[in-house]
Amino acid sequence: MYWKETMRQMNDIGVGSIIIVVLIAVFIGAVTAVQFAYQLQDSFVPAYYIGYIVRDTTIIELAPTITCLVLAGKVGSNIAAEIGGMRQKEHIDAMEIMGVNTAAYLVLPKIIAAVIVIPLLVGIACFVGIMGGYLSSVPTGLITDAEYTRGVRSFFEEYYVFMMFVKAIVFAYILTSVSAYQGYHVKGGSIELGQASTQAVVYSDILILLADYLIAILLTQ
Amino acid sequence: MIRAENIFKSFDDTDVLKGISHTFESGKTNLIIGRSGAGKTVMLKILVGLLKPTSGTIWYDDVNYSELNSKQVRQIRMEVGMLFQGSALFDSLSIEENIRFPLDMFTKKTKKEKLDRVNYCLDRVDLNGVNKKYPSEVSGGMQKRVGIARSIVLGPKYLFCDEPNSGLDPKTSIVIDELIRSITQENNITTVINTHDMNSVMEIGENIALLYQGELVWTGNKDDVLNSDNEILQGFIFASPFLQRLRNAALSKG
Repeated sequence: MYWKETMRQMNDIGVGSIIIVVLIAVFIGAVTAVQFAYQLQDSFVPAYYIGYIVRDTTIIELAPTITCLVLAGKVGSNIAAEIGGMRQKEHIDAMEIMGVNTAAYLVLPKIIAAVIVIPLLVGIACFVGIMGGYLSSVPTGLITDAEYTRGVRSFFEEYYVFMMFVKAIVFAYILTSVSAYQGYHVKGGSIELGQASTQAVVYSDILILLADYLIAILLTQ
Repeated sequence: MIRAENIFKSFDDTDVLKGISHTFESGKTNLIIGRSGAGKTVMLKILVGLLKPTSGTIWYDDVNYSELNSKQVRQIRMEVGMLFQGSALFDSLSIEENIRFPLDMFTKKTKKEKLDRVNYCLDRVDLNGVNKKYPSEVSGGMQKRVGIARSIVLGPKYLFCDEPNSGLDPKTSIVIDELIRSITQENNITTVINTHDMNSVMEIGENIALLYQGELVWTGNKDDVLNSDNEILQGFIFASPFLQRLRNAALSKG
């Protein structure tokens, strides 16, 4: 039962979020490339640095943080509403009376699924973001294909990819556990359910940004 | 058998239950009745363990339920079935999956054994051929019957029903009452029903506890109801002038 529920959650969180993650990643990569191209024009900084900057900002910051902030809105609010609705309709009480450990059954599969699937989504977002940078800068003539490719290949640090996945795992844990907590402890009616859903997103976002800062400090010392 | 000993329950400054002591007997339909706000639902939730009493003890046969740790409570709960007021069926699961849920969670039966058990329970509540339907696709009365089927699928020793007739027409209510009574007697289950449905009181009230403002003010069975001179009971059961006339007519005919 736990395995089946985990698989269902992986499908809901992962497959259900691919389109929005890809869309956002494309535009973030594209905007980053265009902005830096504008910043660097008429400067002594070589043009291929655009590819390098897009790659590193995407890997280190934009892919994990922006993706997880978006997922906190999409997945987090969904988790809070789903569990909160079950609380209000006495589904959780029914499970408790059957002897089910509801915290484990309802929350754990979501956390496990998110911790597995969200890093994969972040990986996809990273690749798509870099491709978005390419699409916005090369076909439009901001820089050449060779310059962008050279930039993407320059000064590569594998450690940044490690940082990206550490962030993705921590953010995935935060957004699922905070949202599940908000839903699990909801009281009252539909207004309170809406508030719980909103709080899930707000608290998740704040904690993700705080964790982002702490991870940046810890992993760059 | 379930025994409540001197149960007190307060929420902030409000005393909801004030020293309730009562024995709910095996093989009988035990009713908790009373007006809205009398403390019925709180009492039922304390009996089933969803709420902790401020003080007092709940005994399940010889086991002091109030002193069990969470693991032991979960163990006992596998012997408990509960029918909720709103049925509490899982919307995303079909009726078959709803009834099979406890089997999937707690047994190692084969798929066929589980299906046989599900079909037996559906047959027992007179609902054949609805396995693949979803709760939203059946009527309120059918949802209640599915709720009963799910609550008996593990063969419970204790069955709790919270307002089993709420939202149902009188005829369907009688069907549900009869079903609960027959299942209780067949399996010698300790059934506790929380209700304010007068039909239920007069049809299946084998051991009735009347709560009034958080206190237990009367106990008896359905035969005792007519002859009781307890004013609170009479005011509650025969609330309308029509019912009072019926009672007077019944008494005058002996």
